Amino acid sequence: MRRRFTLLLATLATAAAATAATAGGTTLNLVAYSTPKPVMAKIIALWNQTPQGKGVSFSQSYGASGAQARAIAAGQPADIAFLSTGDDVNTLVDAGLVAANWDKGAYGGLAADSVVAFVVRAGNPKHIKEWSDLVKPGVQVVTPNPFSSGSAKWNILAAYGAERKLGKSDTQATSFVQKLMQHVVSQDSSGANALNTFLAGKGDVLITYESEAYAAVAAGKDVHMVIPKQTMVIELPMVVLKNSSNKAKAQQFVSFVQSEQAQEIFAQNGFRPVNKAALKKYASRYGGRPVMFRISDPLFGGWRKADKTWFDPSKGRMVKIEANVGGPTGAGS
Amino acid sequence: MRRLGPRLVALSYLTIILLAPLGMVFYRTFEHGVAPFWHALSNSETVHAFKVTLLVTAIAVPLNTVFGVVAGLAIARGRFRGKGFLNAFIDLPLALSPVVVGLSLYLLYGRTGWFGSFLNRHNVQILFAWPALVLATIFASVPFVAREVIPTLRELGDEQEQAARTLGASTWQTFRRITLPSIRWAIVYGVVLTTARCLGEYGAVAIVSGRIVGKTETATLRVEDSYQNLDTTGAYSVALVLAAIAVAVLVIMTLTKPKEQSV
Amino acid sequence: MPAASAVVSAPRARAATFRGARRGTALSLGFVSTFLSVIVVLPIAALMWESKRNGAHTFWQVVSSPEARAALELTLGAAVGVALFNAVLGTVTAWVLVRDDFRGKSLVNAVIDLPFALPTIVAGLTLLALYGPHSPVGVDVAFTRVAIGLALCFVTLPFVVRTAQPVLHELDREMEEAARSLGASDFTVFRRIVLPNILPGVLSGMALALARGVGEIGAVVLISGNLPYRTEVSSVFVMNRIESGDPAGASAVAVVLLVVSFALLLAIGGVRYLVTRFDRA
Repeated sequence: MRRRFTLLLATLATAAAATAATAGGTTLNLVAYSTPKPVMAKIIALWNQTPQGKGVSFSQSYGASGAQARAIAAGQPADIAFLSTGDDVNTLVDAGLVAANWDKGAYGGLAADSVVAFVVRAGNPKHIKEWSDLVKPGVQVVTPNPFSSGSAKWNILAAYGAERKLGKSDTQATSFVQKLMQHVVSQDSSGANALNTFLAGKGDVLITYESEAYAAVAAGKDVHMVIPKQTMVIELPMVVLKNSSNKAKAQQFVSFVQSEQAQEIFAQNGFRPVNKAALKKYASRYGGRPVMFRISDPLFGGWRKADKTWFDPSKGRMVKIEANVGGPTGAGS
Repeated sequence: MRRLGPRLVALSYLTIILLAPLGMVFYRTFEHGVAPFWHALSNSETVHAFKVTLLVTAIAVPLNTVFGVVAGLAIARGRFRGKGFLNAFIDLPLALSPVVVGLSLYLLYGRTGWFGSFLNRHNVQILFAWPALVLATIFASVPFVAREVIPTLRELGDEQEQAARTLGASTWQTFRRITLPSIRWAIVYGVVLTTARCLGEYGAVAIVSGRIVGKTETATLRVEDSYQNLDTTGAYSVALVLAAIAVAVLVIMTLTKPKEQSV
Repeated sequence: MPAASAVVSAPRARAATFRGARRGTALSLGFVSTFLSVIVVLPIAALMWESKRNGAHTFWQVVSSPEARAALELTLGAAVGVALFNAVLGTVTAWVLVRDDFRGKSLVNAVIDLPFALPTIVAGLTLLALYGPHSPVGVDVAFTRVAIGLALCFVTLPFVVRTAQPVLHELDREMEEAARSLGASDFTVFRRIVLPNILPGVLSGMALALARGVGEIGAVVLISGNLPYRTEVSSVFVMNRIESGDPAGASAVAVVLLVVSFALLLAIGGVRYLVTRFDRA
C-alpha cells in the first residue's frame, strides 16, 4: 500500500515538475462576446488547476460579438475568439485570421450551444407559448435589429425555420417573419439592450438566447422563460486565431472547454453543452424540443448563404420586410 | 416677481431634464443599501478602470485646453481668410457619432488601415491601447474650451490688448497679463465641460479600447460591463462616482476664482 | 524724458509688436492646424475615402435609400429642434444662474455638466426609468419620437448654459442699470441690451448642441426603439451598416451628415456675424 502511494506521489511530482518547466508565464488573449464572462471565469479557474493550464494567465475582453470580431480584424491581439454567431467567425475568416475550415474540427468549432427562447412577464398573462402566439392581435414583441445584432439574426432565422418546419412554404414563412416584425415595438441595437428594454416594461415577449433568459431569471428578474416547440439551436463558436503566438496552448484551452468537465460548468450556467457526456447528464434540464434545427439545415445552407439571403444590407429579405413594415408604403404599427 | 418667472422656467426645466434623472441615479445606486455600492467600487477591475479614465482625462484635458485657447484667440483676434470655416470646423467632431469615430480610427490605425502596416513594422500599438483612448477622448471634447473662449473674447473686445501693445508689451506679455485673466471664467467653464465629457466618454472608447479587462477598460466601459451582466446597481454606482468627480472638478475650479471681478 | 522717448519709440514699438502679432498668429494657426489635422482632419479624410471606395453609384444608392433618408430627416429635425429649444431654455437657465440667487443655486450650477459626465448608457437608462413604461410620474414617452427629443435635450443641456454664463459674467452692468434708470422694463433691458451681447455665446452653444444632437447615439439608442423609418436616427442607421459589414455605406451616410452639419454650423456662424455687425468698428 505504502509503496503504491509513494509511487503515485513520485509520478505526480515528476509530472508537476515537468509541466512547471514547460508551462507558466504564458498569457492567452481571450476575446469574447458580452455575456459569458462569469462562466469563463469558472472554466479558466478550473483549467488553471490542470497541468496544461497551470500558470497560464488570461487577458480577457468582453463585448458585442460583431464588434469584437471587427476589433480582432482591425488588429486587436487575440489568441482565442469566443463569439455568438458563426457569421462573426466568417468576418475573421475573410480577414485571413481564422482558417476557413474552422467548423470542421471537433464539435464543429463550438464551445457551447443555446436555443432561441421567449422571455415573458411573470405569470405569462398573454399565454405565449409558440411562434404563432407572437402574431396574435395586441401582442408586443421585442427583438433586436437584425442588422446590428447577432442575436436578432438567430431570432429571425428561428422564426422562419419554425414556420418551414410546420410545413409552410418559403413565401408563407417569409411573410410570417414580416407579420412578426409588425408586432415589434423596439428594435434595440443588441441583445443586452433588448433585454433591458423588456425589463424596463416594454413589450409582452422578448426573443433571445435561452442562456440570456436563464441569466435574467437567475438574477431575480420578474420574468419567465418559454421555449417554443420549434426552435433553432444557437451555436456559439470558439476558435483559435491563425496569428496567435501561443497556438498550441490556445488549442489546449479550447479542447479543455469542450471537455466534459468544462461543459458541465456551461450546463450549470444556462448553456447547452456540446459534449455528449455532459449533455446526457443534464438532459433533464435541457430536454430537447420536438423540432430543433441548426444553421446547417438546408433551409439556411450555413451562415454565408443565410446572411446573404436575409441580412445583406441592400438586397437581403429583411431590407424589404423592414421597408414594408415601417416604410412610407408600409402599414407599420 | 420679476425674478420669479425665469427662475420658475429654468428650475422646472432643470428638474425634468436634469435633477430628476440625477435623483434616479442616486436612488438606483443606493436602493439596495450602501453595501452593493462599496462592493461595486472596491472591485479591482473597477479601481483600475478609474485609473485608466483619470489618466486619459489628465492627458486629454490640458491638450484640449491649450488648443481651445490658441484656436479661440486665432478666431476671435486673428485676421485671416477662412475664419468662418475654421470656426465651423472646430465643432464638427461632435457631429460624428461615436461609432463613426471608432470606424475612422480603425480606417487609420487598424491592421489594414492607412498607417496599419507602418505601425505594425515599428511595433507601435495605437488601437486597443491607451493612445487610441486618448485620441478618441480628445476627439469627443475638442471644441469646448474654444467655444467658451471665443464669445468672451468677442464680448470683451481687444482695446485693452491694443493699448498694451502700443505701450510696448510683447505678445506673450499681453496674453499673460491682459487676455488670460479676462477669459478666466471661459477657461474654467471650458475645462469643466471638457473634463466632464472626457470622464463620460463611452461610445468611441468602447470601439477602440479593446475592452481588455484590467488594462484598457475605462470606468464607462465598467458601467457597460455591469449593465451587460444585469448588475444595474453596479452600473449606477460607477456612474455616480464619475458624476461626483465632475462636480468636484467644478467646485475646485470655481473655488479658486478671485473675489468679485471689477464690473 | 520718458514721455518724449515713449512718443518717439511708439511707432517702432507698434511696428515690432505688429510683426510679433503676425508671427503669433502664424504660430497659433500652425499649432491649431496641426492639432486639428491629426485629431480631426485625418479621421474625416479616412471616412471620405472609405465612402467612395465602392464608387459614386453605390454612395448615392445607400445615401438616397428610403431608410437612410428617413433617418436623416428625423436626425436633422430632432437636432435642430432641440438646439433651438435648448438655446432658449439654456439662456434662461444661464441668466438665472448668474443673476439670480436662491437656496441651492450653487448645487444646481454644479450639476449642469452632469449630462456629460454620465456615460450615455446611464443617461438612457435613467430617462427610460423616469419617462418610460414604469414611469413614477406616469409619463411614458419611451419608444417614440418624443423620446429622441428628450434624450437629445439631456445630452445637450449644458452647452448653451455654459457658453452663455461666462459672457453674462463679463457683461458690463452699467448699460443695463442706465436703461433701467431711464425706465426700461426688465424685458426690454434683456431684449435690447443683454441679449445682443450674449447672443454670440448663445449661438456658440447652439452650434455645439446641434453638432452633438446629430452625432448622439448612446442615449437615443436605448430609449427610442430604433424602429426603421419611424424612430431610427442616422447614427443608428450608420451603426447598422457597419455591423452588416458595409463600412463604405456607413461612411457615405456619415459623410453626408457631416456635410449637412458643416453647412448648418456655417449658417449659425453667419447669423452670429450678422447679429454682431454693429460691434465691429
